[in-house]
Amino acid sequence: MHIAITDYVLEVVQNAFEANSTETRVVLQETAEAFAVTVTDNGKGMSEEVMKRVLDPFSTEEGKHPHRKVGLGLSFLNQATELAGGELTLRSEVGVGTTVRFTFDPASIDTPPLGDVVSTFMTLLAHPKAGSLVIERKTETDGYALDRKELIGVLGDLEMSGNLHLLKEYIASQEAALS
Amino acid sequence: MAKMTLEELRKLREEKQEALEKRSIEGKDFRIIIGMGTCGIAAGAKETLSTFLSVLDEEKIKHVAITQTGCMGLCYVEPTVEVILPDMPPVIYGKVDADVARKIVKEHILGKRLVTDHMFDRPAADIIKQDGGR
Repeated sequence: MHIAITDYVLEVVQNAFEANSTETRVVLQETAEAFAVTVTDNGKGMSEEVMKRVLDPFSTEEGKHPHRKVGLGLSFLNQATELAGGELTLRSEVGVGTTVRFTFDPASIDTPPLGDVVSTFMTLLAHPKAGSLVIERKTETDGYALDRKELIGVLGDLEMSGNLHLLKEYIASQEAALS
Repeated sequence: MAKMTLEELRKLREEKQEALEKRSIEGKDFRIIIGMGTCGIAAGAKETLSTFLSVLDEEKIKHVAITQTGCMGLCYVEPTVEVILPDMPPVIYGKVDADVARKIVKEHILGKRLVTDHMFDRPAADIIKQDGGR
């Protein structure tokens, strides 16, 4: 269920992990004009033909989720951005990777709330398939970056509950200090 | 809240290292698993957890991993605790308050004797007769 912008972030980044991305970069930029999210991965990429089909709600990659007949993630995102005066753009090359960028107009009443940024970032950083993941959060005057490799160097295994708690505390302090 | 630096995060982790090690199961075959479902927490599982942590500290026991799990299905005797030791049957204890937690550490973990009056699941009755009194 998509309620917040962070739900879409989670969905798009999960797609990157499922495409075997080893280097993923997420940029969440918040300005007066737009909430903009860019997810760049070096996964298997998509051909022109797949790119055409990917926004179709009744299309999904064969074998990815054997029990599912639909792939609603990007399709819902496309509808939501259109509704809220934003846009969704896809760039992809087979064997090179994919960049998904989506924006929402903060002035639109249909723009979903931002959501729980701290928990979303923590979930992504602790994902076993995250590989080398960098998350950047920017506002007009401030920002912070979370580098998964750096964090593992400090905390060790991110899947361990105690470390996860410390990671959440760290992200929360970055988010709270954001101006 | 002030923005934490990576160096501060490293220091925080070092401070919490001992507490984290108690939860790590690596290289440990002694385990205490505490049922921390809502039923367990409502019945006082948090106090049980902190009692286990402090008793292990007092007794300087380092080779036991303390972990949490959800409801074990014995809501009527919460807080529930599973104790797994090598060469002993895995046991689920019920109604484990702070006093019983101390008793489990002294008798089961250190003394290798089952605390039979608080056993609510596993092992079967015939095993209790054979091993319970030792």
